Amino acid sequence: MQRQFSVLYNLLFSAAVCGVCAIFVSSSAVTLKERQDVNKLLDKKKNVLQAAGLMEAREKISAEEVEQRFSSFRAVVIDLATGEEAPEIDAETFDQQKAKKDPARSREAPPNFSLVKRFPNHALVYEMTDAAGALEAVVVPVEGYGLGSTLLGFLALDKDTRTVRGLAYYDHKETPGLGGEVDNPRWKAMWPGRLAMDESFTPQIEVIKGAAGKPADDPYRVDGLSGATITSRGVTNMMELWLGPDGFGPYLERVRQRVAAGSQVKEAA
Amino acid sequence: MSGKKRDVLLDPLFNNNPIALQVLGICSALAVTTKLETSAVMCLAVIFVLLGSNFSVSLLRNQIPPNIRIIVQLTIIASLVIITDQFLKAYLFDISKQLSVFVGLIITNCIIMGRAEAYAMQNNPVMSVIDAMGNALGYSAILLGTAFLRELLGSGKLFGVEVLPLVTEGGWYNPNGLMLLSPGAFFIIGIMIWVLRIWKPDQIEEEG
Repeated sequence: MQRQFSVLYNLLFSAAVCGVCAIFVSSSAVTLKERQDVNKLLDKKKNVLQAAGLMEAREKISAEEVEQRFSSFRAVVIDLATGEEAPEIDAETFDQQKAKKDPARSREAPPNFSLVKRFPNHALVYEMTDAAGALEAVVVPVEGYGLGSTLLGFLALDKDTRTVRGLAYYDHKETPGLGGEVDNPRWKAMWPGRLAMDESFTPQIEVIKGAAGKPADDPYRVDGLSGATITSRGVTNMMELWLGPDGFGPYLERVRQRVAAGSQVKEAA
Repeated sequence: MSGKKRDVLLDPLFNNNPIALQVLGICSALAVTTKLETSAVMCLAVIFVLLGSNFSVSLLRNQIPPNIRIIVQLTIIASLVIITDQFLKAYLFDISKQLSVFVGLIITNCIIMGRAEAYAMQNNPVMSVIDAMGNALGYSAILLGTAFLRELLGSGKLFGVEVLPLVTEGGWYNPNGLMLLSPGAFFIIGIMIWVLRIWKPDQIEEEG
């Protein structure tokens, strides 16, 4: 009963189906690309704002509002090894995750507990300035392995580079309700005011088992996430890695020098 | 609407539900049902893809050579899914981030190819679209039912709005963490199938 089709018909038919489908797929991808890029950029800005404590995690705000709150931030590409700004790289288009995978733009990471295999040569950080243009805070990207996934987030530090302003993860696949509680606003609220580093600028902050004291009495410790010992340890490990000499240590050093120089200028004037 | 059309549309809701009776599309039913919001968007995506694929496959049913029909169906389905994914990324970015790979995995959702192969290849476009609508609604009914229970019992919320105040936020409801994990969906869907078969005993398979 079935009609017989020649081989040529088979070939032509499949070519025609592929052709039509390709037109639909590519035109949808091309026409929607601009909007998607805007969304991605907006999403990143929201994450930075959340880390800096300028936006609630579940707050729904308009794109204009995000832009307005983001206006005090400046995206800066820095050389991770020296901590100097790298003005030759455009911060608008720099993708740290892509750079990390490119052998020409990254280096092998030293052994670390965060299971980060490669460090990019450059990193994208955000500097927040006050109305007068003086540096107020910096937001640096952090990443590391938790229980079953890599957590990606932003850590915001005051200009003294020791006091935490906030921590926010924007991508992870930790167990919902346990390790996934890194997104819990009440847990995140325990971070601001604690000290990430001691007087000699060695990373000290640690997520402990159980409850920590108030930021003033117990500045280097944060409450653990119950039922998520390994995720908690992962957070501690990535703080140690990214605040240390292999991570943003050199950059934070430069930040302190700049802030000191800035206040001297003010005193002289 | 004639009796046949109504049967084709309404049968997949309870009498021949793609998830509950045919046990297809379970993967996405487990993955996206922790929240009503994501489930609703997933249902809309499946409705769109299923309508599109059944319609186009049915239009081409007399032209598709039988020996390459599966790959032709898959090409059409995959294209529709990519378009849906692109659209979600452009207009519903937050939800598309939460759905992550599961929009792409609609391609492998057995319901879609099952309907293309079992129905659209034999029937005219109008009937195929009705069949697609019926099956997509059957899928959506189970998905939304599961998501309703999981979000309510797991996080005390519906569509992200707090319904049962949580102990951790100063309320009285102690959320059931199991509901947020995949096994929670297994239990709920299992119970739904059980209840459905008490109501309609002819769905019970004979023991071999």
